[in-house]
Amino acid sequence: MKVLVGVKRVIDYNVRPRVKADGSGVDLANVKMSMNPFDEIAVEEAVRLKEKGVASEIVVVSVGPAKAVDTLRTALAMGADRGILVQTDEPVEPLAVAKLFHAIAQEEAPGLVILGKQAIDDDSNQTGQMLAALWGRGQGTFASAVAIEGDAVTVTREVDGGLETLKLSLPAVVTTDLRLNEPRFASLPNIMKARSKPVATKAPADFGVDITPRLKTLSVAEPAPRKAGVKVESVDALVEKLKELGVA
Amino acid sequence: MIDREEMHYDVVVVGGGPAGLSCAIRLKQFSPDLAVCVLEKGSEIGAHILSGAVVDPRALDELLPDWRDLDCPLAATPVTDNWHWVLGKGKHRALPHAIMPRFMSNEGCYTASLGNLCRWLAAQAEALGVEIFPGFPAAELLYDEAGALRGVRTGDMGLDREGNPRPDFQPGMDLLARYTVLAEGARGHLSKQAIARFDLARDCQPQIYGLGIKELWDIKPENHVPGRVIHTQGWPLSESGSWGGGFLYHQAEGQVALGFVTALDYKNPYVSPYEEFQRWKQHPSIRAIIEGGKRVAYGARVINEGGWQSVPHLAFPGGVLVGCAAGFVNVPRIKGSHTAMKSGMLAAEALAPAVAQDRRGDALEDYETALRSSWIADELKLVQNAQPMVAKFGGGLGTVLAGADMWARSLLGFGIARPMAHHSDAKATGRADLYKPIAYPKPDGVISFDRLTNVAFSATNHDEDEPCHLKLADPAVPVNVNLKLYAGPEARYCPAGVYEFLGEGAETRLQINAQNCVHCKTCDIKDPTGNITWVTPQGGEGPNYPNM
Ligand SMILES: Cc1cc2nc3c(=O)[nH]c(=O)nc-3n(C[C@H](O)[C@H](O)[C@H](O)COP(=O)(O)OP(=O)(O)OC[C@H]3O[C@@H](n4cnc5c(N)ncnc54)[C@H](O)[C@@H]3O)c2cc1C
Repeated sequence: MKVLVGVKRVIDYNVRPRVKADGSGVDLANVKMSMNPFDEIAVEEAVRLKEKGVASEIVVVSVGPAKAVDTLRTALAMGADRGILVQTDEPVEPLAVAKLFHAIAQEEAPGLVILGKQAIDDDSNQTGQMLAALWGRGQGTFASAVAIEGDAVTVTREVDGGLETLKLSLPAVVTTDLRLNEPRFASLPNIMKARSKPVATKAPADFGVDITPRLKTLSVAEPAPRKAGVKVESVDALVEKLKELGVA
Repeated sequence: MIDREEMHYDVVVVGGGPAGLSCAIRLKQFSPDLAVCVLEKGSEIGAHILSGAVVDPRALDELLPDWRDLDCPLAATPVTDNWHWVLGKGKHRALPHAIMPRFMSNEGCYTASLGNLCRWLAAQAEALGVEIFPGFPAAELLYDEAGALRGVRTGDMGLDREGNPRPDFQPGMDLLARYTVLAEGARGHLSKQAIARFDLARDCQPQIYGLGIKELWDIKPENHVPGRVIHTQGWPLSESGSWGGGFLYHQAEGQVALGFVTALDYKNPYVSPYEEFQRWKQHPSIRAIIEGGKRVAYGARVINEGGWQSVPHLAFPGGVLVGCAAGFVNVPRIKGSHTAMKSGMLAAEALAPAVAQDRRGDALEDYETALRSSWIADELKLVQNAQPMVAKFGGGLGTVLAGADMWARSLLGFGIARPMAHHSDAKATGRADLYKPIAYPKPDGVISFDRLTNVAFSATNHDEDEPCHLKLADPAVPVNVNLKLYAGPEARYCPAGVYEFLGEGAETRLQINAQNCVHCKTCDIKDPTGNITWVTPQGGEGPNYPNM
């Protein structure tokens, strides 16, 4: 079974995003970029499926700038087999990405598509769901466990009230949650090997997909700084304070 | 026994700073077929580089003469305007240029982020076929039976706090080479071992350091003068009789890089280099520039201040020291990046023929000879008394004498004093009972900030569950010696708040918040009894500096 995995190049989770002075977006110049953490989990899950003999080939796909090839190489170093870079410098919205994945899924005919539940830059949490709808396949989102049995996949989902278990027939779309697995560190020899694994570079137009944004960003601003708290000496003072603020 | 993989190279370079990258580039320019790799502990090249920086392009002109046409970030901002201020409380006096030697003028220099210059150098190196491995620290030196260095072992990944393998354990591997280049920068932890093992410091003065703490600010456009560089001396360190100074460089994109260097030979154990920096920003002359702006990044790193007389031997069996791992900083100019680059190039010029002759494991004396007769030597000998003069005679008279000495050397070819001596920074620390605590002002959250808020702006990170990378030789020393005699200086000198004394009386203990560490190396230097050893944590951890 072929597994298709999506990997996005995003601002590193350790970095404090800095809004550009003109409010047009987040400054990414020389900022550390990494693979979206949920996508790392997706790659890890695919590699584990391959190690178990369930998956036969792992194809990783990234939609983004030329630099996103680094992200693909990281996935290849973790154990994916080949990469596809859909190169664009335009901002990409979930619908455009879902359409591109749909086109690639039709070409590649994977048995399973694994995506992160969301990318930590725009936190949309939409791509997997949109892809499943466009493709007409089942979806198991927020997966904390994935098991393939024959031509079905059992997905344990993290939902508000606890855990939900779904059984989907394959092919299907799974999106990963944090607890699904602990991604491995890529070893140096594997990083070397990844440098010679094939990566195909495509343009959105190659798939006949129009990625023109449907949304317009008016402005980006930092959240207002939190006001310092006040310490009260006693319960009475607390009640007093709450009354003053009109909450008690 | 862990089964470790091996890879073989002609040359392994430890450290992707200006020295290591220039060495790798020069090697490939000489012999395109050499197998060369660069190991870098940061998550990417530049992630751990913290500098000013005003860069003298002399070495870059020699390495890549057409750099100005190759989209090099250094080209964006030439130095246009150069000031030297002597700060008093609440006022400043500009030193007239006429009394400064010419080489202090920064004419022909550029101001930029050294981290970005390194990112650019890395791209040049990769284009020449250098293999660069960010996220892989060299954790250990490997020796052959004859005792020569034969390569390095990269750090293990995925060990838990007690040092046991976790499910994601990934053992480090052995990178074996004909020659290993130690380009770790100031106070490299493997360089320190090599210097001790081969007794490389036998003929030189002890190395001494300053701690540089830096912030990057977006400032109001009306306050920004691209290319203006300002250096200060005097206040606030003058109050505690310590030495050091500030810098403020107007760089590209409406940003200023500002920082403060405190010489680590300060005596009063109550001095907090971090608080001195915060206080310095409140000086009306500095405040006026940054007011209304926004701090966008923070970090810290030590800088060598020993000068020429502290340069150790550079070649030993199987390896060489380049850049600040040896220490080629021109102290009065606070510049070490051009000499770091040049030393890497000179090492390459000795390494390439040695590899071509199929040699390995010997000491490349040719490199040391070439370096000691290069322009690095000329430049550093000219200023070698500046720091000791200041240390001996204090910031006022010392600066004047140091200036006079540099004048004499640059004009007349001789100095007024012989090379002067240093004492180690750790030993300089005075007993707490001889000094008074310093009451630093509280941060206002606008111009000055508390330490932990600032640390978040270094984007540093370390795994919660890994062995602590700050090793205590004797766990009783922090409380029994440091706290008792020196009032626990580690709680103050660490610019990242890693060291914290908790509890009271007999319950007092030192907590090490290793996760906050920004890899500046101060604790490895300033601990009064040398009880703390800095080792590399898991690869890719530590700060993630953007344009530092
Ligand atoms: C606050 C401050 C201001 C300065 N201002 C200026 C200035 O204006 N102009 C100027 O020319 N110079 C300036 N300097 C000095 C200059 O930054 C240094 O001289 C220069 O960075 C030295 O280059 P290097 O390559 O030897 O070391 P570094 O720049 O320190 O680079 C060493 C690299 O090696 C990596 N490394 C270390 N150990 C290991 C290991 N074991 N394994 C893998 N990787 C490792 C580090 O992460 C780092 O990336 C300043 C320094 C400071 C601290």
